[in-house]
Amino acid sequence: MDLKQRDLKQQDLKQQDLKQDSKSSNRRGFLKGGAALAGLAAGAVQSAKAQPPVAELRAKGTSKEQVAYGDRSKYETSVRKSVAERASPDAFGLVFHVNAPLQDFYGSISPSSLHYVATHRGAFVPDIDPKEHRVMIHGMVDRPLIFTMDDLKRLPFVTRQHFVECAGNRAKSTQTTVQETHGLTSNAEYTGVLLSTLLKECGVQKGASWIVAEGAEEVKGAGSIPLGKAMDDCLVAYGQNGEALRPQQGYPVRLMVPGFEGIFQIKYLRRIKVVDQFYMTYNDYGHITTDARAAALANQVGPKSVITFPSGGQKLPGPGYYEISGLAWSGQGAIKKVEVSTDGGKTWKDGELRTTPYRMAHTRFGFHWKWDGKACEILSRCTDELGTVQPSRAQVAKYWNEPLTKGFRAKGMDNTIMAWRIDAEGSIHNGLA
Amino acid sequence: MASLKPVLLTAILAAAQIGWAQAPAYGVGRTPTADEIKAWDIAIGPDGKELPPGKGTAKEGARLFLLKGCGGCHGATGIGGRAPALVKGGPPAVPGQAMPAGMEGMHMVPDTGIMALRSPYAATLWDYISRGMPLNREGTLKPDEVYAITAFLLYKNEVIKSEDEVMDQDTLRKLVMPNRKGYAEIPDWKRNTPRLANYP
Repeated sequence: MDLKQRDLKQQDLKQQDLKQDSKSSNRRGFLKGGAALAGLAAGAVQSAKAQPPVAELRAKGTSKEQVAYGDRSKYETSVRKSVAERASPDAFGLVFHVNAPLQDFYGSISPSSLHYVATHRGAFVPDIDPKEHRVMIHGMVDRPLIFTMDDLKRLPFVTRQHFVECAGNRAKSTQTTVQETHGLTSNAEYTGVLLSTLLKECGVQKGASWIVAEGAEEVKGAGSIPLGKAMDDCLVAYGQNGEALRPQQGYPVRLMVPGFEGIFQIKYLRRIKVVDQFYMTYNDYGHITTDARAAALANQVGPKSVITFPSGGQKLPGPGYYEISGLAWSGQGAIKKVEVSTDGGKTWKDGELRTTPYRMAHTRFGFHWKWDGKACEILSRCTDELGTVQPSRAQVAKYWNEPLTKGFRAKGMDNTIMAWRIDAEGSIHNGLA
Repeated sequence: MASLKPVLLTAILAAAQIGWAQAPAYGVGRTPTADEIKAWDIAIGPDGKELPPGKGTAKEGARLFLLKGCGGCHGATGIGGRAPALVKGGPPAVPGQAMPAGMEGMHMVPDTGIMALRSPYAATLWDYISRGMPLNREGTLKPDEVYAITAFLLYKNEVIKSEDEVMDQDTLRKLVMPNRKGYAEIPDWKRNTPRLANYP
């Protein structure tokens, strides 16, 4: 019996009860009548009781949705979107960068299905059988080792929240929503083995100073990571938000390099080579710059925050109470403080951290606010555990000795303050526009 | 006995070395074979020490560039395709074009995305072609073919002067690229240290 038939049968039973008619022959006859009859009967009940029968209130679904693997409500329509600069799939059929709908997220965890996606070059998601997958560590180690997924899962694990953010995550005046301005970051709970556990198992040799981490996808995307970072808090992760990593996030195993730019977080991890220099391989090549300061800013993310409600493209129905909500994160550690301004940055008040501020993880903040119905500009800025404060675009332009134009582009990872402009009608606009 | 002494000393030193290194705590995982390592070890460092044996010239590379389908995406002459231009002198790439990782903004400046001019080391170019090209058949080029296509791109961008010049392990290791000094090394990372001192 499929679910529809079961619903009908239960509806039928209700019907019988309502009529206080328990004759089995009647019931059998009713079932024979099928769906059309059942519909008529349901209509009769509705008019009699002035409310829809229970079966109509129930969500319809297949056994996949209701039993095997749950889906969200049909009323929830939040989706990811390709970055404006390049459609996905592109002319080559490659998925490039896809923005997460930050405006629809609650708390600090990004749902796995809505986690932003970016690829090394614009790559196909590889179809990897975890039984066949291996992770090899070699190079400047005493004992090169090769691990199966089962091997990795035997080892001591840690579970940690971390964000990933793309260097392309920079607000531009042409964008409308927070999904467009800040949607190339997401945050998840990862489970896996510390890379230091694996490296110690192999015995890192004297003189080693970098690792090259490499993926198993068609282009074998690889990047160089300082050994100090590799031994500190990098994670060889197979779990994401309580289940296996999603294919778009590196199934069956990826490297997490907390706080570093997204491109270092090698997906489909298959190999780590311990070396004695920066290797300037595939992914590193894109980071080449003549300015050491720009290079440093491109490696790691500074303290950054953004208001996700109210945010661009939304509308406040009228004056009154609204809780301002947003996300704050830093590549340098945990968030200590978030401040909010509702007067264009003239005055700042402390917001409240609503989730535990973990190191290199999104932290949700809230801020009590009563909108008086007048045009205003709302901003947030955060401070991380090192005491670094999220800078304004003006401060960054001044540092580089460049004029603060509308098109000013912060070098490296852009962590500047974002403003949303609210007009008297309650419509919310990009403050950079 | 005197002749054995250095051997003994080496043995003792080797034993001590094992003592200094981290000992395996779990005994999980197995030792890969030399062939397994060789098959996967495709990363070529800037000094090119991992470059495999092989050789090729620009003349051969020009033929392979078309034969292997490179021209289909990058343009028959390395200019004018949907994929990034590989030869200098063409018009700037258009926004929306496929660009190498981290170089999405490069279409704005002519020639900045030309790999043979941007790569500080010839080995970087070799590594990129070897692992990442051609589209849908990545990793299938033989070393001789990668050397030839590398030579072709170097010749077309006037990094080398002759289309008959043989590129191999030695020549690529020694070749001084135009952008050799045009990049800043990524600074070392230290825990609990701001990413850049004095940055606001």
